[in-house]
Amino acid sequence: MSTLEVKVWRGRADGAYRDYRVPRHDAQTVLDVVTHIQRRIDPTLAYRFACRVGMCGSCAMTVNGKPRWTCRTHVAKVARGDRLEIGPLANLPVVRDLVTDMSIFFDKSMRAKGRFEPTATRTDDFARVQPASAARRAADAAIECIGCGVCYAACEVVAWNPDYLGPAALNRAWTLVNDVRDGARRERLSAVAGDAGCHACHTHETCTERCPKKLSPTAAIAGLKRETVWAALRGEL
Amino acid sequence: MSARGETRLWIAQRTSAMVLAICVAVHLATMTIAVHGGLSAADILGRTRGSATWAAFYGIFVLAVSIHAPLGLRTVASEWCGWRGAGPDAACAMIAVALLALGLLAVAAVTL
Repeated sequence: MSTLEVKVWRGRADGAYRDYRVPRHDAQTVLDVVTHIQRRIDPTLAYRFACRVGMCGSCAMTVNGKPRWTCRTHVAKVARGDRLEIGPLANLPVVRDLVTDMSIFFDKSMRAKGRFEPTATRTDDFARVQPASAARRAADAAIECIGCGVCYAACEVVAWNPDYLGPAALNRAWTLVNDVRDGARRERLSAVAGDAGCHACHTHETCTERCPKKLSPTAAIAGLKRETVWAALRGEL
Repeated sequence: MSARGETRLWIAQRTSAMVLAICVAVHLATMTIAVHGGLSAADILGRTRGSATWAAFYGIFVLAVSIHAPLGLRTVASEWCGWRGAGPDAACAMIAVALLALGLLAVAAVTL
């Protein structure tokens, strides 16, 4: 059995990487490695996970320089030889070790009006949305976000402009802009326009490249750019 | 700046970029043809002086540059230097005026 040489970030933002040696196994995930360190080597290691099957979005970390969901990332796919470097997500404050404070990430989703605003009441009939309609298909394309923060950590524009809403918040806004039942389209387009919103995106597509759910926040942001332009030309912003 | 204002600036930058894509291509083709055709400076001026077409073309070119370049510099100032707000906006507006004035003077010099 070979051994993995693992560097793991310890401490807060002014911390440093510490070396660990972890037995290597077949089909071993990066989360398995972190869990081994915490349970067998150093119980003070702080990290976050929940479902372990790629549903909850809790376990994202920086692995060999790139943000990834660690529960669905096999060591064999990302290790350089027998070496791994595991750190907290970028663009977020480090609480301790591999745990980041994701408050700003979720706050930005609210700033982008990422909450559904119903137009119907419980006494109304169900809304009938045709599955093949263009709006429904556009909403479908963006709807499976698990809020892992990988796109946010990968985004260069977030690093340059901390006010930028980021790919996940804009992706969520695009889902709701295409939701025909929603009643806050105009407010939402105003919330996502501007130099902290969709118009700041440089279309590097790093978010799309890194998204573990294979979504395209870049396409969602392009959609928001189009809709905000039409809204501006109609005087609705 | 308001969402409406920022969106309008974005529209201005993207629209000016489309204009520049055409203008730069035409300009480069014109320069290449002029150089390979062996035209002297006097020959070129003979064709441009009094030409409303060349005056309009390069006038539009200058206008697009004076819109596009300051907006790009504004973004660079914001993202790379952290300069945001009224100061950089005013500086970029002055750059726009300067580019427009210098460009139109150059157009006037070869077309009037």
